[in-house]
Amino acid sequence: MQRTVLLAIALTLAAAVGSTFAAPVNYKTPDEIAAFKPGPNLEVVQGNCSACHSSDYIATQPPMKDKKGFWQAEVTKMIKVYGAPIDDADVGKIVDYLAATY
Amino acid sequence: MFDRRDLLKGAGLAALAATLNSTKALALDTVTLPFANGERPLVKYPQKRPMIGLTSRPPQLETPFAVFNDGPITPNNAFFVRYHLSDLPYNLDPDKFTLEVKGKVDKPLKLSLKDIRKMKATEIVAVNQCSGNSRGFFEPRVAGGQLANGAMGCARWRGVPLKAVLELAGVQTGAKQVTFNGMDGPVNDKTPDFIKALDIDHATDGEVMLAYGMNGEDLPFLNGFPLRLIVPGYYGTYWVKHLNEITVIDNVYDGFWMKSAYRIPDTPNNAVEPGTAPKATIPINRFTIRSFITSVPDGAKLKAGATTLRGIAFDGGKGIKEVQVSTDGGQTWVSAKLGRDLGKYAFREWKLPVKLAAGSHELKVRATGNGGETQPDTPRWNPAGYLRNVVETVRVTVA
Repeated sequence: MQRTVLLAIALTLAAAVGSTFAAPVNYKTPDEIAAFKPGPNLEVVQGNCSACHSSDYIATQPPMKDKKGFWQAEVTKMIKVYGAPIDDADVGKIVDYLAATY
Repeated sequence: MFDRRDLLKGAGLAALAATLNSTKALALDTVTLPFANGERPLVKYPQKRPMIGLTSRPPQLETPFAVFNDGPITPNNAFFVRYHLSDLPYNLDPDKFTLEVKGKVDKPLKLSLKDIRKMKATEIVAVNQCSGNSRGFFEPRVAGGQLANGAMGCARWRGVPLKAVLELAGVQTGAKQVTFNGMDGPVNDKTPDFIKALDIDHATDGEVMLAYGMNGEDLPFLNGFPLRLIVPGYYGTYWVKHLNEITVIDNVYDGFWMKSAYRIPDTPNNAVEPGTAPKATIPINRFTIRSFITSVPDGAKLKAGATTLRGIAFDGGKGIKEVQVSTDGGQTWVSAKLGRDLGKYAFREWKLPVKLAAGSHELKVRATGNGGETQPDTPRWNPAGYLRNVVETVRVTVA
């Protein structure tokens, strides 16, 4: 009984002291529903690009005249600047998919 | 922090996306921004009202433009969200949060949120705007987040001056810059962490702030809870979120996000011939001056006769001197009445009663700052799609 009261007091105190901040935030984002469009080498693209970002990063880029040049530059940037671990053999496949699909 | 209906809605959409193609699923609730490939889903995140979804991982949300007609303060649940790297501190514990102050200081500090909240608080009303706000309107188009005009907002920030924290730590002689790192980071350790730097004089000007409060509440998680840097008049790239590491250095910081990214041409008006590259660049800094009509969307149909146009203006910190409006495509201009002055870094509301005859009209708005700078009639261009501040035009049909 006494222990229960003490526990209750302790909990009340804890609640009062901790009232400005609750527990860890545990922020939940909505499910990621954007998906890569079907296209050649889709699995290679999913395996590489999705590691760091969602597919809408690609889908929202502007329509460019030189699609191949644009996407080659983007993939190169991902590797050289952001350190994406993309195999040399996959680079051409990814660029082809992006230029053909977006 | 989120309600069950949103979860169910999200789950429903995900289920639909699995059976239909995702574009169709998203078409349940989309907006189309006024440039090519401008279709976006409206998305609902915890602590946010439905926002224009740019990307989902990391989350990037644009404010629906109609919000800016509701007043000079952008509500927390409508404030834009921009991240670079996908490892967000979704599970951070505010009770264990620590801000570290280190480097060229006499007394390195580890401050809890309670320590920071015990310090003398200050408040400032200031606009935050993404460097790439309005990038989608660049012509020729450029790579990057394709935003319309909603990656901006104005809030009343509450916190402590960075100067006060640096004084506690004791900046050593020879200090040149201060760097800022937040709890968000890359998922791949080869990706440069998002770290920004300010010159020591700027960092200690008394205006740069460590904010925990936004419009009378805690910062929303996606706007940097529990602590973010406020750099009044400067583009959002410097407003580091989830800020937990401040380092005083005796050199000029040469990390990727300062040395290579967020650079503007070192030319007059920081512009270059469209489609060309600048020879030399400098770090992006203060906002260019901008103004918007908020009461009438582009393409609106209005009734002939009297109406009152309203909008907002802001600049990089000189404050707004005048806002002029044209209802005839820029041939004649009339000064608008400015609203309450919430400070030189805030949105400044304006309004102007006009009479519109039947026909098509190009409504334009142009602000002039206290420093004399104004907005160009034709867009300026730079390769990263920053600094947009052309005179905005709203086309209406009056009948």
